[in-house]
Amino acid sequence: MSGLVLILGARSDMARACAHRFARAGHPLVLAARNAATLEADATDLRLRYRVAVTCVEFDATDIAGLGAFLDGLAELPAVALCAVGTMGDQAQSQADPQAAATVLRTSFEGPALVLGELAQRFEARGSGAIIGISSVAGERGRASNYVYGAAKAGFTAFLSGLRNRLARTPVQVITVLPGFVATRMTEGLDLPARLTAQPDEVAEAIFRAYEKRRDIIYIRPIWRVIMGVIRALPEPVFKRTRL
Amino acid sequence: MELSGWGRYPRVQGTLHSPRDAAALATLVTEAPPLIARGLGRAYGDSAIGAQTVSMRHFSKMIAFDPETGQLVAEAGVSLGEVIDAFLPRGWFPSVTPGTKFVTLGGAIAADVHGKNHHCEGSFAAFTDWIDLMAPDGSITRCARDENPELFHNTLGGMGLTGIILRAAIRLRRVETGWIRQTMIPTSNLDETLEIFDETLSATYCVAWIDCLAKEEALGRSLVMTGEHAALGDLPSPATPFETPRPRAIRFPLDLPGFALNSYTVRAFNALYYRMGMRKTGEALVDWDSYFYPLDAVSDWNRLYGKRGFMQFQCALPLDAGRDGLTRLLEAITRSGAASFLAVLKRFGPQTSPVSFPMEGYTLALDFPMTARSQALMPELDRITLEHGGRFYLAKDSRMSPETLRQTDPRWDAFARMRADTGLATRFASAQSQRLGL
Repeated sequence: MSGLVLILGARSDMARACAHRFARAGHPLVLAARNAATLEADATDLRLRYRVAVTCVEFDATDIAGLGAFLDGLAELPAVALCAVGTMGDQAQSQADPQAAATVLRTSFEGPALVLGELAQRFEARGSGAIIGISSVAGERGRASNYVYGAAKAGFTAFLSGLRNRLARTPVQVITVLPGFVATRMTEGLDLPARLTAQPDEVAEAIFRAYEKRRDIIYIRPIWRVIMGVIRALPEPVFKRTRL
Repeated sequence: MELSGWGRYPRVQGTLHSPRDAAALATLVTEAPPLIARGLGRAYGDSAIGAQTVSMRHFSKMIAFDPETGQLVAEAGVSLGEVIDAFLPRGWFPSVTPGTKFVTLGGAIAADVHGKNHHCEGSFAAFTDWIDLMAPDGSITRCARDENPELFHNTLGGMGLTGIILRAAIRLRRVETGWIRQTMIPTSNLDETLEIFDETLSATYCVAWIDCLAKEEALGRSLVMTGEHAALGDLPSPATPFETPRPRAIRFPLDLPGFALNSYTVRAFNALYYRMGMRKTGEALVDWDSYFYPLDAVSDWNRLYGKRGFMQFQCALPLDAGRDGLTRLLEAITRSGAASFLAVLKRFGPQTSPVSFPMEGYTLALDFPMTARSQALMPELDRITLEHGGRFYLAKDSRMSPETLRQTDPRWDAFARMRADTGLATRFASAQSQRLGL
């Protein structure tokens, strides 16, 4: 019997693809997002295709005070929790308006980190569970073009890293996913190079494999490991003059 | 961006929209017309490309299934492959399927596709219960045999020109296994092939691969393949009737240079294929994927024909003119030396819908690389088809003239008038509909 998978931020394209991948392997699902009623069509589709149980629950990652109650309200503590919550925002707007920047930081760092932190407590107490956080290569080094989002993702990546370190001697598994460009609603309208851009299905397949093989950190297309290696290695006096 | 069909000819510059919901689609319909919907791009020519093309990839949810009747309700972007993945393990299979599973419901309805069972069970239309269409004003209209029947019948085979197909209800067929009992019958000429067609009319599936480079007394030699869904008792291991080998995904890695396919290599292929088929004469159990979709095993197989692309010629000929018409077509092809790998001959049953392609008789389908020689051959094949009362399949067409269409298939005149009268013509158009004046 495959364990229950909780998908946080279930409306995103990557989350949807992951829902299909886990359901195909027989995992029942809980889809969590704001306006959960609008996820019913997805749930019906998943039930019809894969004959697994799918429920939709209301979830707001920015409601920090309510995170514990949200998890306690689930019918069952999941075996796997995947967090795809996050907003890229608009860098110019984030620079000009602290409120806009705060929204990006809250939805891409604070909310995802804290809900996974709460789950980690419960998984540790139970002695089992897998935590999958979708972070971003944008968090590997702050760049002028999107450093508010990048900073949030850097925070999230660091949080996942710490969680993994803390839980390394327990059966609880923590996976950091670092997708490069992915063709999703978030990147619609951006002119992305095709060779560097993964499809959501590809991301889902990589995540599912990482879960099965108990990997720690995954990139989706191998080229991103190389690109980020180079970007991280650039000396700051050089890096600060780049336009990436 | 540059858009093309499966044959990679013609290529047109167009904008590809990917709306996420009906509201976004309605905005496009009212503000960016004329539009044409596109599914998985398996139409060979320019049926699903245009200046404003709408990808239906975000309309890909299954909505309901009734295990009593086998009726599946799904959005237009769901493919037959997805339907098989979901429902074959429960004992259901598409009632009609074309030669690829990478076709969406919307595409299957728009082209009113046929399969190897057309001679006894009809086209996709026969198993379509209703269709939801987006109308020119962005509203959604349900059509069925007893609700907006004219719109329903014109949509089946209407090439997406009656509105954007949003969702549909189709009926699946019950099967006991994922296997087909195939019988292979080699024939040595056209007369024999047509005789076998008559003798096997009661077979559920029947199709012939025809060696279109065989000449003179061997003209029309074929491998006729009939098939029946295997029953549980037919299987050596009836415990797992739906487990079939999943072919490993092979991708055709490159565009072959133009000279790779010439009359010598294709003749060699045809001769080899025929001999191998002769050896497999008789009955065999074949899994559904290999039986219905042998070409799907190689993704991007269209690259076989190189960058210049290829075209498919597919005509239907009425029963009484079949023998003579097919003989003339095959003679013209062998005379020209134009190479065709994939030549398929099939018996069609009756068809009543207003613009669907099939007619009682025969259909011949041939792939040709996009060369000067094959382009020169096309008008001759068109003329022979016209002289024998035949017509053409728009899902395969990329180059017909509007005159040829009018002469071979006057049904499209009424269709074009209907489009003009109802405001459909200004909202929905493809490169093909503009080329053919629909």
